[in-house]
Amino acid sequence: MTQVNRLSGGRLDRSKSLSFSFNGKAYKGYQGDTLASALLANDVRLVGRSFKSHRPRGIFSAGSEEPNALVELGSGARQDPNTRATTTELFDGLTARSQNHWPSLKYDLLAVNDRLSGFLTAGFYYKTFTWPATFWEKLYEPIIRRAAGLGSLSMQNDPDLYDKGFLHCDLLVIGAGPAGLAAALTAGRSGARVLLAEEEFLLGGRLIAEDMALGDDPAAHWVARVQAELSSMDNVRILLRTTVNGAYDHGVYSALERVSDHMASPEQGKPRQVLWRIYPKQALVCTGAIERPIAFENNDRPGVMLGGAVRAYANRWAVTPAQSVVVFTNSNDGHRTAKDLLGKGISIPAIIDIRQDAPRLSGVEVLAGAQVIDSSGRSGLKSIKARLANGEIRSFACGALAVSGGWNPNLSLTCHQRSRPEWCEDIASFVPRRDLPPGQLVAGAARGDFSTSRALQGGMNEALKALQNIGLTGQGIELPKAEDADPSLTPFWHVNGAKGRAWVDLQNDVTVKDVTLAHQEGFRSVEHLKRYTTLGMATDQGKTSNIGGLAVMAELTGKAIPETGTTMFRPPYTPVALGALAGRSVGKDFHPTRKTPSHKWAEEQGAVFVETGNWLRAQWFPQPGETHWRQTVDREARAVRKSVGVCDVTTLGKIDVQGSDAATFLNKIYANGFAKLQVGKVRYGIMLREDGIAYDDGTAARFAEDHFVVTTTTANAVLVYRNMEFARQCLWPDLDVQMISTTEAWAQYAIAGPNSRQVLQKVVDPEHDISNEAFPFMACREVTICGGLRARLFRISFSGELAYELAVPARFGDALIRSLMAAGAEYDVVPYGTEALGVLRVEKGHAAGAELNGTTTSLNLGLGRMVSKKKDFIGATLSRRDGLNGEDQLTLVGFQPVSKGDFIVSGMHLMNNEAPTDAANDQGYLTSAIHSPNLGHSIGLGFLKNGHDRLGETLRAVNPLEGGEVAVEVLSPHFIDPEGERLRD
Amino acid sequence: MIIPHPLLGPRDAQEFTYLGDASLINRPDWQSENAMQEFHDYLYLRDNPAGLHRELWFHEQGDRSWLVVTRNTMTHEITQVELASDVARSHGRSR
Repeated sequence: MTQVNRLSGGRLDRSKSLSFSFNGKAYKGYQGDTLASALLANDVRLVGRSFKSHRPRGIFSAGSEEPNALVELGSGARQDPNTRATTTELFDGLTARSQNHWPSLKYDLLAVNDRLSGFLTAGFYYKTFTWPATFWEKLYEPIIRRAAGLGSLSMQNDPDLYDKGFLHCDLLVIGAGPAGLAAALTAGRSGARVLLAEEEFLLGGRLIAEDMALGDDPAAHWVARVQAELSSMDNVRILLRTTVNGAYDHGVYSALERVSDHMASPEQGKPRQVLWRIYPKQALVCTGAIERPIAFENNDRPGVMLGGAVRAYANRWAVTPAQSVVVFTNSNDGHRTAKDLLGKGISIPAIIDIRQDAPRLSGVEVLAGAQVIDSSGRSGLKSIKARLANGEIRSFACGALAVSGGWNPNLSLTCHQRSRPEWCEDIASFVPRRDLPPGQLVAGAARGDFSTSRALQGGMNEALKALQNIGLTGQGIELPKAEDADPSLTPFWHVNGAKGRAWVDLQNDVTVKDVTLAHQEGFRSVEHLKRYTTLGMATDQGKTSNIGGLAVMAELTGKAIPETGTTMFRPPYTPVALGALAGRSVGKDFHPTRKTPSHKWAEEQGAVFVETGNWLRAQWFPQPGETHWRQTVDREARAVRKSVGVCDVTTLGKIDVQGSDAATFLNKIYANGFAKLQVGKVRYGIMLREDGIAYDDGTAARFAEDHFVVTTTTANAVLVYRNMEFARQCLWPDLDVQMISTTEAWAQYAIAGPNSRQVLQKVVDPEHDISNEAFPFMACREVTICGGLRARLFRISFSGELAYELAVPARFGDALIRSLMAAGAEYDVVPYGTEALGVLRVEKGHAAGAELNGTTTSLNLGLGRMVSKKKDFIGATLSRRDGLNGEDQLTLVGFQPVSKGDFIVSGMHLMNNEAPTDAANDQGYLTSAIHSPNLGHSIGLGFLKNGHDRLGETLRAVNPLEGGEVAVEVLSPHFIDPEGERLRD
Repeated sequence: MIIPHPLLGPRDAQEFTYLGDASLINRPDWQSENAMQEFHDYLYLRDNPAGLHRELWFHEQGDRSWLVVTRNTMTHEITQVELASDVARSHGRSR
């Protein structure tokens, strides 16, 4: 039994037979099929289970509005859940599986939900799982999580590439139906740069879904001619398989091009999908219309379909959903379906037309004033029951029911920027308002112009208008003669008197009863209705259900539909894979990796790296035989204090500040004074936020009266620069100051330890005297090294030892570290990483990021005396607030365990010995804790209330999170060399 | 969004960093009698208009200009873009 429902004709390439499988069974289709059309051709009617009730479901539509036929495609890492069979282009070897059932599609145990329908009504989550509260986390949520959701993920990394692209054009035409093609041709011939985006893999829209003529030819011929002409124009680009998903501010559009989804895997080097950001000068929305169903009892069975979709399957894909099809309609559109199917030899037992004055159609029984009231067939439609105008009930055996409830303009893109549509009585639907977003126009069925003739005319006219808007001139084109049928209908939303369930939203299992119940319970606003019942949510976003739900609500409230509410649309129009939104920003490419100039050298030394922001910094340099990082770090830290070590500090932010007002400017940026800093000197500085909280510290070195080099912490390099530009441009615009970030321009190394001067003297050219007298603590100078290379030397220390920082142009960084290591060999120089750097600074009691944590002031940090009271600077006034200067201020002190074998960790909170462990008795907290290799035990820094006055006290350091408590002694934060003699030696 | 930079022409908003209300230019005088209250208001009190809003944007991935952008918060329409330094001078800020 192969392709029993395949008809003749259609836009298929029958020379290309394609094999595919569904739920493990092999089938055949043709090039040009979608998965949905191929399944229908093979008489596969049951394709999935519904979300909530696990009802058997089949294919409902022929486009991206599909609520039912969601399948899982592919296998392994390419497994792709919740894909609409109706938009999936068939290819040889495609594998698809149905979802949301267990153990099988045919026998689904969770279909028990269907029997529990009285319980799974509107708002059942809110009503059912509310008591007792403790059950939620342990019982209800796990059960719901297991039962909910459609499809499954592979849990493997996506093997495919996704790209992002940018496009500019004069006119973006969205949709290539009659209106879009007429528009693209009009604008293309005028020479404008045109982008034509079509969601499907063929141009034409309804022109190829209908059996219709344009002029004297079949419509498809006209489409082919237009496509050929557009393709020959250099100024026109056609994007097939491309859905314009969003209309954003200032006329920017996003579109997803499915480059490779119609193949088993992307071609070598090609992306799977491209997310385009399009910048058109004008955009013309030609997105057509979406048909809506009529709700009646048991209207969700496989075989109940939209009439226009049945027609599209017959005409374009040469497929009928069944050999016998009944039509249910409220307009002539249903008669058109019947006519097309009859022409293909399909039996039409009846047209059930709710209109009393329904026209006749030869060869079919038209039942005017009749309504479909029920259906039967467990896993596929077998018959429908109709109530005739005279009240008589009649049954009709049929394999499919084509339902036409009218068409809704597909105006999603016109609403993405808050514009609400307005009601149009003629077509009983919403149409875009006149005040569209700037640069946007709309034509064709998307505007409510439902006849082909009006769509063609509208496309051309709106294209001309768009050209005129941007100062281009175009000329009208000769349009073919086309049908101009009256779209009038008798609005009809649901059949009254149903005892059972009549579905409004198939995807979310929302029935007329659910809407009624929500209304009874007071959820009368459309927005509340949506959230209470989930109407219009999930992958289809209510494309076929929103207006139906609104209509039922309107009926219940006794108001007209436009008074009841409108539909609201937000991007994206169709679901977008997260991979496409991420593009290439995945894994290591999620953010840039910044490496310092001596990174390669550090790799050669076997360094272990740590990410600090985007930078990779050497964390430590393990030596053979070292089995634990602590061994390595202890060795490095000890070597610095004993002899000499070298550390890469390139990542510190560096800002070059020049100008006759540079000193005045820095005086306003830093809390401490800089105006009187001598040339050739460095000063430690602290920067406050305007609210008085400390946010960064570093040094500023004065190389000339009008030239400073400011360093910032690695983490705040960008922020400090931004704030300094703010101060320069927005606060003091007339200061003569220029600045530039030079972080990447200089490679910088700290050389620290008692032998650091000896090492440096071997590198710095001999004409530069760097003796203690000539180059004292906090000196800076431009020098030359290694025989003439210009460099900057700073005598500053983070470790507390005699130390320097030496900077060279970045390209010499690698050579410099190698020279320093060679020069230091006789002093057993070691490279040390960020971990040893941290150990050394904690031993010395220097504050860093853990202490400048966004809550602490200079007073807290023990730097209160530095802050100038005689000048204005950022943060000056508010740092003097009472609240930041009152009693009981936290101050930075040191800690060590009373029992030296104990360990303290950062984050521990401090409690008085007798007081209970609670927030009310909190005395402060530890910010940094390390093992000090030079003291031989654990030490830490932290903030303690009135800490300065409590040296020598013992407290309890508690860890309520992980448990544990350590008795600690309060000390000065300067564990090593408190007088600072080593620095000045 | 696209911001028409007064020097560089139309630029994508992704190139910019947003700060907020352009009233941040009007930093009070620290020696004013009421300095504490004025700084409090300057830092913490903002208008939140539905309509035209003047706000500061930094062309961080561009020429590093601070701009004052007048944007309609209802429509995102940008009606005016000025160099913040020009605005600051026009408010009497200097050195």
